[in-house]
This record gives sequence, C-alpha cells and structure tokens, in this order.
Amino acid sequence: MKKTQNVTIKGTKDGLTLHLDDTCSYEELKQELDRKLSNSSRVQEDNKLLTVKVQVGNRYLSDEQKEELKDLIRQKRNLIVDDIETNVLTKEEAERLKREGEIVSIARVIRSGQVVEVLGDLLLIGDVNPGGTVKASGNIFIMGSLKGIAHAGCEGNDEAVIAASVMKPSQLRISDSINRAPDHSSDEDERSMECAYISENHQIIVDRLQALIQQRPNLTRFEGGR
Amino acid sequence: MGEAIVITSGKGGVGKTTTSANIGTALALQGKRVCLVDTDIGLRNLDVVMGLENRIIYDLVDVIQGRCKIHQALVKDKRFEDKLYLLPAAQTTDKTAVEPEQMKTLIDDLKQDYDYIIIDCPAGIEQGYKNAVAGADKAIVVTTPEASAVRDADRIIGLLEKEEGVEPPKLVINRIRSHMVESKGMMDIDEVTTHLSIDLIGIVADDDEVIKASNHGQPIALNPDNKASIAYRNIARRILGESVPLQHLDNKEKGMFTKIKRFFGVR
Repeated sequence: MKKTQNVTIKGTKDGLTLHLDDTCSYEELKQELDRKLSNSSRVQEDNKLLTVKVQVGNRYLSDEQKEELKDLIRQKRNLIVDDIETNVLTKEEAERLKREGEIVSIARVIRSGQVVEVLGDLLLIGDVNPGGTVKASGNIFIMGSLKGIAHAGCEGNDEAVIAASVMKPSQLRISDSINRAPDHSSDEDERSMECAYISENHQIIVDRLQALIQQRPNLTRFEGGR
Repeated sequence: MGEAIVITSGKGGVGKTTTSANIGTALALQGKRVCLVDTDIGLRNLDVVMGLENRIIYDLVDVIQGRCKIHQALVKDKRFEDKLYLLPAAQTTDKTAVEPEQMKTLIDDLKQDYDYIIIDCPAGIEQGYKNAVAGADKAIVVTTPEASAVRDADRIIGLLEKEEGVEPPKLVINRIRSHMVESKGMMDIDEVTTHLSIDLIGIVADDDEVIKASNHGQPIALNPDNKASIAYRNIARRILGESVPLQHLDNKEKGMFTKIKRFFGVR
C-alpha cells in the first residue's frame, strides 16, 4: 500500500493540472497515471477536448518519456497535453540558456562569403562587407558599417533588433521577415546610427536608433543608477 | 632563406600576372635573386608576359612528378644576368595535377636559393588558389577600383586571413583611371582601402604602355620613365622595407606656374 498518491489531478480556473510525484520510479508513475485516468473516465461524457498542464516537479524526463506521457494521457481521455513543466534542466540546456542571454563580442571584419552565427546577442566591432552574413538568435549590434546581410532572432524571435553605426545592408532579416535595400539607393543620404525592428504589422522598420527606446524597452537590462 | 609572396585577386583579369611579372622584375632590378612561379596550370601566361615562352623545356608539373630536377625547369632571364628565373606552369594538364603539400615542398626548396619567390596565383578560389597559397609567407591582393573586383578581393582576403603561416595580406590597387575617379565614375583609393581594411602597398595607374610592353614580352618595369613602371618599382621598394610615399595620380599636365606654386607649398 502506498501512503501518498503519485498522481494528483487539480482543477484551477485555467484548466486541469496533473501533478506527478517526483520521488517514485517512472514505471510506477506510468502505471498509476494509467489507472487514474481510466478510473475517472466517467467524469465527462461529452467529447469536448480539455487541455491539461503536467507538472513533474524535480523529475528529469527525456524527450521520449515526454512523448510517452503525452500519448498516455491523450489515449485515455479527451485530454490534450498543453505543456510539461519540470524544474530540472540538463547541463546542456542550462548552458544554452546562459549563452542565449549573453552578448558575444567579435572584433573583425566579416568579409564576402563569411558567415558568423552566434547564440545570444552579437556585438560586432568592425564591418559587415557586402556578401558577408551575421546571424544571432538575439539582437545584433554593429559598431561599424553593415553592408552585407544581418539576421537577428534567427531562431524565431520577433522581438530581436538590429542596430548599426552605418546602415547600408543588402538585406535585413529578423525572425522570419525579410527586408531588402531599395534598388536605387542614393549614396548621399547618411544612414548612420540606425536600427531595425519588426513592427506590429510584421514589417521590418528601419528607424533612427533612438526609436528603440520606445519600441523595445526590454533592451535595458541595467537597473539602478541615479 | 628567402620569402615567398603570392599574388592573388579572386577575380580574373585584374592584373595578377602583370603585377607578378613587374614586381619580380623590379625586385631583380634592385639586385635581389628572384624566382617567379606560375601556378596557373593549364592557362599559363606569365612566360608570355616575361617574353620567355620559347625557352620552356620542363614545367612545374614535370618537377613535381619527378620527371626533372628543379634547376632544369627554371628558365633564366638573360636580361638580369643571374637574378631572375621563371618556373613556368604546365599547359597540357590541369590544376588537379598538383597537391598543396607538394607545392609547399617545392616553394620551400626554392626559398633556399632565392631572396624572393613571387607566386602568380590563378583566378578563383579552388584547387589552383589552394596550391598557390600553400607555400606562401606573404600575400599581395590585387584589385581594380570596381565593385566586382573589390568584392572578390574581400572574399580572398577573408580566405587568406584564415590561412596559417601567411602574414596579413597587402593591397595593390591596379588600373586606376584618375579622370574617372575625379568624375566619381570609379571608386577612389580611400573607398577601396576603407572597404577592405588592409594595408595598401601600392597603386598603379591605368596605362596603355603596360599592355604594349606585355605584348612585347618586356615587363613595363624595365622602362625607367613610365608612371606605371615607377609604381611597380615603388611596390618592390616597399617590399624591401623602404617607406616610399604614394604616387600622385592626377595626370593633368600642370603649367610651370602651378609647379612653382606647389614647390613653395601654395595650393
């Protein structure tokens, strides 16, 4: 006989949450989950699909295990797993998260044919020449002139921005949006200290650098000062 | 122990071979022992520009495949007594006949006997380029003030920077037409150098005489009065470590009065 239940179902106003205990074995957990969900099959007879959240506490689940649990829950009831939440991160995931939050600085000229790709924000001290490409999962800040291609938020982050001292790109990409330079750009107009971001209607807007203060207040990480 | 300098550009037709021939000639005129190596296997023409075509007996591929000794393949340029030699490329095979490792061994051998090895690189970034760069200690990138040539030079510089054992490349801007630069129809020197951000080692004005001289197999650097010739000689002096100011490119004939004014520093 078990003292405590390994699987508890809680209903909140946001929907159902399955709490799965993190001290028992995975096999035990699966058995009990199976039993629990079969027992409660009489609760609802209509075919409305319910989304549930799954909380697994301090248990690490591999991707296969996650799929297995999702399948298990989906088979039994008209339930759909919305998300599996765990408190545990693998070292790789943690390192990746850390790197995504960092600013990578590079001091060199990105020349034609060269591609530089970083996780996190990119701070480039130098130029991007025509034919060169810089990519970052976060924002891109270029201290020199951008004459090649810059792709910010390349893993699908619409909030990402591109800023350059001289903005003369052949192409700008943010997340899935692409913007290219006008075919007949006059050399006269000074394109200095500019930024690019995605507007509400999914267009890449090029604006003066100061516009970012309003558009992306989250860029400020500094707290304090007076 | 000499040093090997590769002359490269990425794009074809910007004047790699002419530059190689003239820098080699100018270095020989300065009393250095120079060996020119043509690595454009299958499309050789450094021998034509040097006027040595009909003296070729063996070539680079013969040396590498062991059909002859190095000194048998070297063509001596009689105009310079014992200073200038040419190792011609093969014309009958293609660039895959040679591996970069073999090329490096060959250049290292030549470095024992010569002060400067000037390697004429083929256009492109494939096998031929890799062979040419394999043995080099230094690199000179040739470009013309045109967007396409500058773009390819940029690509080549990026590749050269990754190459171990090759010093950061130096830039030669070739075929500058000063009247077009003045009318903004051509990039000016500043534009090219800021774009490529490497050190400039020489500028050469566009000159019909250069082509004429090449056609006669007499490198222009042999002519002491020509402007392009002086430009090549200046490059050679800079390679030797002298500091030589850049040439003035405005070729308009100035009146006596302006010359005097310039002499006194009045603009």
